[in-house]
Amino acid sequence: MTRDSQMMIAKRAAAELQPHSVVNLGIGIPTLVAKYVESDLVYFHTENGMLGVQELRNEEEFDPSLVNAGKLPISEGIGASYFDSAESFGMIRGGHVDVAVLGALQVDEQGFIANWAIPGKNIMGVGGAMDLLSGAGKVIVTTNHTAKNGDPKIVHTCSYPITSLRKVDMIITELAVFTFEAGKLVLKELMPGVNLAEVREKTEAAFKISEQITAVR
Amino acid sequence: MVEAVPPLPQEWDGPAFPKDEAPRRFLLGGLGFLFIQMAERSFCLSIKEVMIMQKQMKAEEAVQKIQSGDTLMVGGFGLVGAPLTLIDELTRHDAGGLTVISNNLGEPGRGLGILLRQGKVKRAIGSYFTSNREVGDFYHQGKLEIQLLPQGTMSESIRAGGAGIGGYYTKTSAGTELAKGKEVREINGELYVLELPLKANVALVKAAKADTLGNLVYYKTARNFNPLMAAAADFVIAEADEIVEAGELSPEEIVTPHLFVDAIVESRLILSKEGVVSK
Repeated sequence: MTRDSQMMIAKRAAAELQPHSVVNLGIGIPTLVAKYVESDLVYFHTENGMLGVQELRNEEEFDPSLVNAGKLPISEGIGASYFDSAESFGMIRGGHVDVAVLGALQVDEQGFIANWAIPGKNIMGVGGAMDLLSGAGKVIVTTNHTAKNGDPKIVHTCSYPITSLRKVDMIITELAVFTFEAGKLVLKELMPGVNLAEVREKTEAAFKISEQITAVR
Repeated sequence: MVEAVPPLPQEWDGPAFPKDEAPRRFLLGGLGFLFIQMAERSFCLSIKEVMIMQKQMKAEEAVQKIQSGDTLMVGGFGLVGAPLTLIDELTRHDAGGLTVISNNLGEPGRGLGILLRQGKVKRAIGSYFTSNREVGDFYHQGKLEIQLLPQGTMSESIRAGGAGIGGYYTKTSAGTELAKGKEVREINGELYVLELPLKANVALVKAAKADTLGNLVYYKTARNFNPLMAAAADFVIAEADEIVEAGELSPEEIVTPHLFVDAIVESRLILSKEGVVSK
């Protein structure tokens, strides 16, 4: 997974974010999404207690007590606010966060996501993953199309423990963009230079091909 | 000087007296008012002063409240908003067999990670221990019990503990491995999991500023679990970078009112751009 393809995924996810929406970005590729959001009217929420997250613009702004959920330094946007963890998760669980952009270990053809635990290994962390799934308005998954060992990540059925009974709404990888229509996985867009054969080869899940399939802009 | 109390006006059009005095004059009448004034000036004020003196103390004195087998809540998201001075003091305190409720268990050999290495932690309740790989090692060796909770559930359970709520239902974790053994109930066609409150014997919290009464204000994302934990323990020790006189904090800015706080300690260790340093 090159830096270029990560940025391509982040850029495509950024195009999904509407002005006046409240968005929570997960750790990894999702964090990069903020770089590509052009509107000033997208408000970033971080579950450790802040609305109005802005990227750190320079070294001088660095404040060790101002971090996002990935413990990376951030800065204060205009109109930012701070709150405690219960209020922050109340926002998430109460349906006040419009979009969550999350990474995944696996997503299956029904839309179930596994992104918190690997079988056979000690389960040592869950963080806010289950809360975001249960409460966010729309869930966008940004992930490499396959795992490091080449195994497909978009699968028939998750073999890893699922994160929620709630299903995701969209999957963006370095190869393609998928959505769900009537509970079925649908291929909507191909990334530049990617052909359908490659997507088929690297996807275990059954998917339909949208009649309006397009190339990612 | 006691003035006669006027009858209640037919139509209330704002207080006839200075705002802070009007309601209680109306309620208590002249004699009651006289009593309160006298009591405030002599008796009550001196009690308040004694209480203030008792709240401010040294870290080593405050942690004496912690006994072996206690359940502790410790604020912080990683090191941000963690009561570093109190944690440091705890490494020199001999209480062991502790149950620690904290989002993480420090890092290897740092923060609560020191306590883990010292074998003082029997059980950890939190949402994300991945930042300290030694937690997994201790768990494997049977030296540590772990209860993993979704971060929102952990926060809400602490809030419930502090607010006298006996439990609540949430959709979070329904249908997953973390809901195993928990009561599940269908509400309006969706599955919810029963979660119980969390409480502790002692909470260690970190504030930016405290006043001598124990009112607390926080700084940026260092707030996190601290105000919740301050409400959910029998004895609450607040560590603050700065301690000011009562009255110096604006009532509007106070996040944790003093009734939650039992002891106030000034920070010796703080999180700076260079990492954890002595103040």
